[in-house]
Amino acid sequence: MSHDHNRMTSTGFDADLAYRLHPKVAIRPEPFGALAYHYDNRRLNFLRAPELVALVESIGDHPSVREAFQASGIDSRRWPSFEKALRSLAESELLIPA
Amino acid sequence: MTALSDQMKAGLDAPICLTWELTYACNLQCVHCLSSSGIRDKRELTTIQAEAVIDQLQEMQVFYVNIGGGEPTIRPDFWHLVDYSVSHGVGVKFSTNGSRIDAEVARDLATMDYVDVQISIDGADAATNDAVRGEGSFDTAVTAMAHLHEAGFGEFKISVVMTRHNIPQLDQFAALADRFGAQLRLTRLRPSGRGADSWNELHATNAQQIELYNWLVERPDVLTGDSFFHLSALGDPLPGLNLCGAGRVVCLVDPVGDVYACPFVLHEDFRAGNVCDAGGFASIWRESSLFAELREPQSAGACSSCGQFDACQGGCMAAKFFTGLPLDGPDPECVTGHGQALLQSAGPLPTSDADHSRPMSVSLGARR
Repeated sequence: MSHDHNRMTSTGFDADLAYRLHPKVAIRPEPFGALAYHYDNRRLNFLRAPELVALVESIGDHPSVREAFQASGIDSRRWPSFEKALRSLAESELLIPA
Repeated sequence: MTALSDQMKAGLDAPICLTWELTYACNLQCVHCLSSSGIRDKRELTTIQAEAVIDQLQEMQVFYVNIGGGEPTIRPDFWHLVDYSVSHGVGVKFSTNGSRIDAEVARDLATMDYVDVQISIDGADAATNDAVRGEGSFDTAVTAMAHLHEAGFGEFKISVVMTRHNIPQLDQFAALADRFGAQLRLTRLRPSGRGADSWNELHATNAQQIELYNWLVERPDVLTGDSFFHLSALGDPLPGLNLCGAGRVVCLVDPVGDVYACPFVLHEDFRAGNVCDAGGFASIWRESSLFAELREPQSAGACSSCGQFDACQGGCMAAKFFTGLPLDGPDPECVTGHGQALLQSAGPLPTSDADHSRPMSVSLGARR
């Protein structure tokens, strides 16, 4: 039972650490990328690029976010905007420390 | 306008969530009921038909359904359908007047994942609430809230439709939510269903709209279902998508399985099909000509010369439709007053063929 952490918690997101998708998050493909929904806190997030979707889905396979980026093949100039998206996903607990 | 809202306007592969009214039966007879509920419709979906709808939602990866009615808990298979839905990966948030949430039900609910509860009230005290929802309904709702709180359910929702009489009680609603560890959800009064008959008397004054907007800006934690996007013309946009989601990101399935563009347009003009038709819900969502039309860029019409259009998007389609205003023009509650001027010369008001009110409808004010 966890209806009680609806509000945003400010977890310090650290790209040097490992993260994984919360087990109660579902990802649904959409033309622009995907929708991600957290069944526990009922937060909905928009993953606004197909590359971001792939990154999020594979993030748990890597020992750190940085290494996930390196393995992703995403142009490093785009990393800051993607990292911002990951930070926001961590703030709403769709991504959690592994 | 962001690229994301353009994406939303063009429609999604499946709704983000949908509203599913399980029955037209209701033990209350609220004067503003969107679905004119009261009496069960003999054609309401059977348990097996309802399960088939859930199977489809699972296939389309609809994350959750907002179940309502009528009073959905009246259906004998209500709890079965809730279980069926969550066990098929479709979360449930259900709206209730609280009449069936006793201590035992509350304890059961507290053990269930993927289920959220929304208790409706329309006043922060019995006098204000009961004038709209009927005698005793405030006490019933508050008793249900106390049961959920005592059972340790956590953060359930308290849902309030904003009216002229309860906007002065905003802080009291917030205090009530705090008292029960609940989250407050405020939505807009629409002139839909029986709301058409009570709208003139109940809808917010323009001064109250400004008061409400300012209050909401201060309280970003209060949920609104994005229903006040027409108020974004008053300043910074309110949190949320700020667009009409009808047929684009939301829709409604009514108790007989008819699919409408949104919960506020139960009218044949906005009926896209029935879930029992060949192809079911998925083909309605993806192929109906009505929904395709709603996903086309909409004309700003009479609003195109107004500098606020980007903020308010012309407001709510249902509010315009049921007050007889053109859909490509201002909302009847347009904050600049453009809609109010038009109301004087509005066309004949549409009537819905989906009225399930009890024969002896209670008129507003009879209990005040």
